[in-house]
Amino acid sequence: MLETIAKMLQYSFVQRAVIAGLMIAVCAALLGVCLVLKRYSMIGDGLSHVSFAALTIATALNWAPMAVSIPTVLVCAFILLRISQNGSVKADAAVAVFSTGALAIGVFALSVVDGMNTDVNNYMFGSILSMTDSDVRLSVILTAVVLVVFLLFYHKIFAVTFDETFAKATGVNTGAYNSLVAVLTALMIVVGMRMMGSMLISGLILFPALSAMNVCKKFSSVTVCAAAISVVCFIVGMGASMLYDTPTGSGIVIANMIVFGTCSLIGYFRRRA
Amino acid sequence: MTDKTLLKCDKLSLSYEGKIVLENLSFELNEGDYLCIVGENGSGKSSLIKALLGLKRTASGKIITGRKLRHNEIGYLPQQTSMQRDFPASVKEVVMSGFLNRKKFFMNYTSAEKRRAQEILEILSITDLADRCYRDLSGGQQQRVLLARALCATSKMLLLDEPVAGLDPMASEEMYRLIRKVNREEGITIVMVTHDIHCAIDHASHIMHLNAGQLIFYGTAEDYRNSDIGRAFLEEGTDEECMDCRLGRECTKGCSAHKKGTCHHALKGEPHA
Repeated sequence: MLETIAKMLQYSFVQRAVIAGLMIAVCAALLGVCLVLKRYSMIGDGLSHVSFAALTIATALNWAPMAVSIPTVLVCAFILLRISQNGSVKADAAVAVFSTGALAIGVFALSVVDGMNTDVNNYMFGSILSMTDSDVRLSVILTAVVLVVFLLFYHKIFAVTFDETFAKATGVNTGAYNSLVAVLTALMIVVGMRMMGSMLISGLILFPALSAMNVCKKFSSVTVCAAAISVVCFIVGMGASMLYDTPTGSGIVIANMIVFGTCSLIGYFRRRA
Repeated sequence: MTDKTLLKCDKLSLSYEGKIVLENLSFELNEGDYLCIVGENGSGKSSLIKALLGLKRTASGKIITGRKLRHNEIGYLPQQTSMQRDFPASVKEVVMSGFLNRKKFFMNYTSAEKRRAQEILEILSITDLADRCYRDLSGGQQQRVLLARALCATSKMLLLDEPVAGLDPMASEEMYRLIRKVNREEGITIVMVTHDIHCAIDHASHIMHLNAGQLIFYGTAEDYRNSDIGRAFLEEGTDEECMDCRLGRECTKGCSAHKKGTCHHALKGEPHA
């Protein structure tokens, strides 16, 4: 078993996949903690569909995929966060509107070109082995930024996540922190979609945070635990895909589901005890 | 404005979604005061608090802070959101986040801050909760933890928005006792919004009464007790009775007490509209 994996790891495209995947797993888990606690759980889903639409349109028009999808997703992330702050439209409805709207545009754009092909399948469900050097570079830079932001601003991130009104009232620039989270989330989704696909990326954001919240009692341990769970699940999902040729994205999400189930049970029995 | 003046409002007007909710309010707050703001829902109480905290722009008029008070020296106890109730964080993490307004972006709290947090926990007698998880606490305990956080943010002035909302009578009484203790022993100026006029008048030094965006009383608790407005409001009126009826003015809302003939108009034998 280990031999097979060791052999696989000699291929450069596998190495790229593993490096980029680990990075994205850490990013998604850390940002996921903020998003889940701020009740933006579905934002990942909405943005990934927007990214899907942007990619199909880029393909249809023969433009560079990243150059189209990064700015589009960034803009949508800002709009969604703004909407949920204003409170005129309910945040969950706004995300649902973006999500289905973008999916419809994406499917429409597809039919105009040449129907379903491999590219589309990759956009929907990810293909980790097709990650390029630039994807890897982007994911490494992104992770470095996310880690630095979390280390430097850890306490402020906590304060803004826990109680935005209080933080703002006592003079913390909450707008800047929300924008920062929006930008990082948008970038993470664009990069993560290559691996997980637009249908599965939100699993990578939600599950580690939810699992960690079930067993941890401190915010600091929730963040560390979420990152650790995410990395372990990535390795399991990736390993399974190398050994048994299963799809990587869904393998990772299933591994996460098992961990989440276990953590929920632990949490349930602890609360009852 | 004297040396003891902490805060002064000059002809302050506030609007909410284009409608004026508070008009032409002028008052001065001195160091060590304990001010209770009372009034019905929609009287502009919460808007006033938000404006004092700088969370809301003023429509006209000015809020002037005295020589001794800088903006980031105001502590705030907001109304709790449902999101916070099940937040995975330790009490220590929550309390310490009150210090953030004075930090630029650094990772750790100083030992002086840690000592101060310890003192505050002792004042509020919640030292035993320090390592507990915030979501496992009772409503009253959570509220005391948030009070501790607000005290970390200030040594001068504290704004409290309905601090006993949703607490049982025992926990409410304890909360009021602690707020008074903070006011008397720590010399912290208190501004509190509350529905509970009877408790307010027992504890506060000053009362501000707002009705439909107008200031109808501002003065000491003693004067309020002896004023017509105060008497009308403190008397056991029926719950459905509107403020106009209580004050013996023309009943513009046609409140249910007025229709049933159980309002002050009826009791005084005045004709019904």
